[in-house]
Amino acid sequence: MSEHSPFDDDSEVAVTSESLRDDLLDAYPKKTRRKREKQVVVNHKQADESGLVSLPVIGANTRTIPGVITQRGCSYAGCKGVILGPTRDIVNITHGPIGCGFYSWLTRRNQTLAPTDEHDNFMPYCFSTDMQDENIIFGGEKKLAKAIEEAYELFKPKAIAVFSTCPVGLIGDDVHQVAAEMKEKLGINVFGFSCEGYKGVSQSAGHHIANNQIFKHVVGEDDTKRGKWSINLLGEYNIGGDAFLIEDLLQRCGIDLVATFSGNSTYDQFANSHMAQLNCVMCHRSINYVADMMEKKYGPPWIKVNFIGAKATAKSLRKIAEYFDDQELTEKVEAVISEEYPAVFEAQKTYKPRCEGKRAMLFVGGSRAHHYQELFAELGMKTIAAGYEFAHRDDYEGRDVLPDIKVDADSRNIEELHVDADPDHYRGDDRAKAIERERAGYKFKEYDGLMADMPERALVIDDINHHESEELIRRMKPDIFCAGIKEKYAVQKMGVPCKQLHSYDYGGPYAGFQGAINFYKEIDRMVNAKVWSMIQPPWSDQADQNAPSSSSIRREG
Amino acid sequence: MTLLRHTSADQDVQREALTVNPAKTCQPIGAMYAALGLHRCLPHSHGSQGCCAYHRSTLSRHYKEPAMAGTSSFTEGSSVFGGQANLLAAIENIFTVYDPDVIAVHTTCLSETIGDDVPQIVEAAIDKGLLPEGKMVIHANTPSYVGSHTTGFATMTKAMVDYIAQSSGAEKIRDQVNLIPGWVEPADMSELKRLVKLMGLDPVTFPDTSGVLDSPQTGIHEMFPAGGATVDSIRSAGDSCHTIALGPICSGPAAKALFAKCQVPQTTLPLPIGLKATDQFIMKLREINGGFVPDEIMTERGRLLDLMTDMHQYFYGKTAALWGDPDQLVSLAELLITLDMIPKFVVTGTPGKKFFKRMGDVLGDHAQACKVDQGSCADMFQLHQWIKSDPDKVDLLIGNTYGKYIARDEDIPLIRHGFPILDRIGHQHFATVGYRGTTRILEQILDAFLDRQDRDAPESGFELVM
Repeated sequence: MSEHSPFDDDSEVAVTSESLRDDLLDAYPKKTRRKREKQVVVNHKQADESGLVSLPVIGANTRTIPGVITQRGCSYAGCKGVILGPTRDIVNITHGPIGCGFYSWLTRRNQTLAPTDEHDNFMPYCFSTDMQDENIIFGGEKKLAKAIEEAYELFKPKAIAVFSTCPVGLIGDDVHQVAAEMKEKLGINVFGFSCEGYKGVSQSAGHHIANNQIFKHVVGEDDTKRGKWSINLLGEYNIGGDAFLIEDLLQRCGIDLVATFSGNSTYDQFANSHMAQLNCVMCHRSINYVADMMEKKYGPPWIKVNFIGAKATAKSLRKIAEYFDDQELTEKVEAVISEEYPAVFEAQKTYKPRCEGKRAMLFVGGSRAHHYQELFAELGMKTIAAGYEFAHRDDYEGRDVLPDIKVDADSRNIEELHVDADPDHYRGDDRAKAIERERAGYKFKEYDGLMADMPERALVIDDINHHESEELIRRMKPDIFCAGIKEKYAVQKMGVPCKQLHSYDYGGPYAGFQGAINFYKEIDRMVNAKVWSMIQPPWSDQADQNAPSSSSIRREG
Repeated sequence: MTLLRHTSADQDVQREALTVNPAKTCQPIGAMYAALGLHRCLPHSHGSQGCCAYHRSTLSRHYKEPAMAGTSSFTEGSSVFGGQANLLAAIENIFTVYDPDVIAVHTTCLSETIGDDVPQIVEAAIDKGLLPEGKMVIHANTPSYVGSHTTGFATMTKAMVDYIAQSSGAEKIRDQVNLIPGWVEPADMSELKRLVKLMGLDPVTFPDTSGVLDSPQTGIHEMFPAGGATVDSIRSAGDSCHTIALGPICSGPAAKALFAKCQVPQTTLPLPIGLKATDQFIMKLREINGGFVPDEIMTERGRLLDLMTDMHQYFYGKTAALWGDPDQLVSLAELLITLDMIPKFVVTGTPGKKFFKRMGDVLGDHAQACKVDQGSCADMFQLHQWIKSDPDKVDLLIGNTYGKYIARDEDIPLIRHGFPILDRIGHQHFATVGYRGTTRILEQILDAFLDRQDRDAPESGFELVM
């Protein structure tokens, strides 16, 4: 652990994290400052005599302050956009005025690949009840029922899901009742989500609502037995094709991927997912509770994995192999890693010297701001400030703080499912195996969070807003800033390249080994692009020296 | 493989409740876009934060520019007890941290449904001393379940009149005309201003997103870029001698409000896309300027005519399907008719019965042969069904980016026009209004047709000279 601030060594002006933090906060009215103080933290790690490191406490998953220009979206965006968006064969109907459905139509770059034309793929479609004022006044349930029927007649899907938008919650349309009636009438699975935009404080609430309903209405519907090493991949959304690369790696290792929640996913995969022996969690934020629920109800334990970065990918594959503890699998995994690594080394040899020492800031997502630091580290780049858009304290400080997190009113409004072991389906053998592995030192449910991996005294900022990111960039001039589309062009106007890490900026995939190479290339292009050095015109630093001033020209003219 | 494989030519299922692939979006994004055309203004979305995030994202993806805006960030509590506390906090934070001259608040379906009274909340903010000297808050009611994004644009534009425009009581200024450009690109707004100036008049243009959503790369992010209509200029709109409103849906309400408030005579014209609509625009300006048209405009018109005569063989008899905003569609359809092309299918999600009459007027004899629909289920799914069930495939698609899925499946060339265009640039930099802008549209149509001819030509018929 370095004693120094990540800023001390290479910034021209000595800026300490503490002074920068003060400057960020000074712009606010008193009340706003009091709130932001808790969410803007210097990552000062303290080690006690036994070497146990304690991390600072950060404010997270609290209300967005009105009027600060936030990165955050809403519950609907988390539910329909993030979690259900990547499912290929469920007809997702947005119940509400047209906007919500429109904006979540194909904008997240979740790729999917149906094996043949006979297979359903509804992702290029946007379905909405397009509520009009009479639906707001007299209620929209009838229109919703009709819309579900029309969708069934036109598309004959396996399942139809209904997403509630803000006004639906206000006028009290009972989407769950309508869904239940239509399920009865049509004979297909129809279920609803109370994911009104005002629920919770960010997208995170919507993830939770989505996962709960999928768990309740779909998981467990199909008991077909699975292969000998079977897993689910949780919290991977196939942005830019990430899941395709991971699927390929797993397949080559002989690992049976039952379901990905929810990249490149299908209804049947969800229905059968409880048959997997192990759950592997990528995005801890969006889905750790599904892993918990599945363990309680069906028995399979879970581990945290990360397929972002070559090292992380190799580590995650090995961790899966270690769980199954089978010679054949271990050999296969090692063989795949050996096949993949030469190209990675080759790429690192090319790109690391071009990127080494450069500095990144990451303000994105609920796990990506952590995972992508691995990739930057592989290029020799340092992450000098980072934070999440919609994470909770455990994503920063690790799962050990879970018992300390106070449940506030906004979180209490999000349904918590109470799950018990399923008498018919609970698999004690998986549980027994897990206990045995745990005794041998294998770690389940382990996640230390972002701060443990961040440099000492780096700035960690939750729910960063425009003022803060602009000030950080102006003062620290990072070589690259990672955020989303709303931030991208403002950051670039400041002469700093901005990599979108939600949608990957039209690039990707970045997962696995091949993805890591793609990322190295992309970051090299971005931080070494000539354009950033050409923003100032060649005459800007020679003004008024030898040339006549503009006023004298005017006089002469 | 086809991406829209579930769209069949069979139109048996009559839809009345389900919209599939909409040809419109919601009011607030239009209000946000209009407000960005006011200098030193921060648009503010009064509702839950997802709306604001979606609108900013879509505007950023379309313009490749920052789209700054605040949100009241409603949670469940505000939805029950009202958003006053949130808006008050927002007003204080915005003026303290970002220091705009104006906050332009628009409502969302959430704040509309609970019935928040924005003017009353702004009064409370003034009482609490949250509005610094010389600053102002304007507002527009933009429930998402009424109209479409074009309605929101119109409502915020009208709010600029209601809150800002004044009549000083003196005589109207003879050379000053108000130009309400409608929902067009920043480059279009620049082009329209140029034409008015060439006609010897001084335009007061609002909203004016030129210089805001096409701002230069300088290494400095300007929270409030140099462009946009200033409060002072809009204030003086009440003293202009005339208002020209382009597009009845987007610009009509503001022009009427200005007439009612300050007695500025107004003329509402179609968007000047295409020869005829541009002629109408120039004729109106000519009426105001005392009757002259400068040579430069004559030349631009002549160049357009030259292109139309030279290349007529490629346009003649070709068919097209169009979707988008009513103001745009009416002018585009007329443009195609003047080229002897045939608009075959036209849909807009924006409701409003006058659209049929306006389309009928420009289609003339072709009205019978053209299928036109508007409203909720007039969506791109229906358009696609029409295209599929037509034995003679249309030659061209004109509409926003979402049309690329139809274009790919049916192998029909697409010209991107309208909102949003998420996958190409150019639209924000090169105007499609006026004679020069129309020339650009014709270039795009020709490129599409000639590229197709080259692609499909047999070896023997692959020709150098076309």
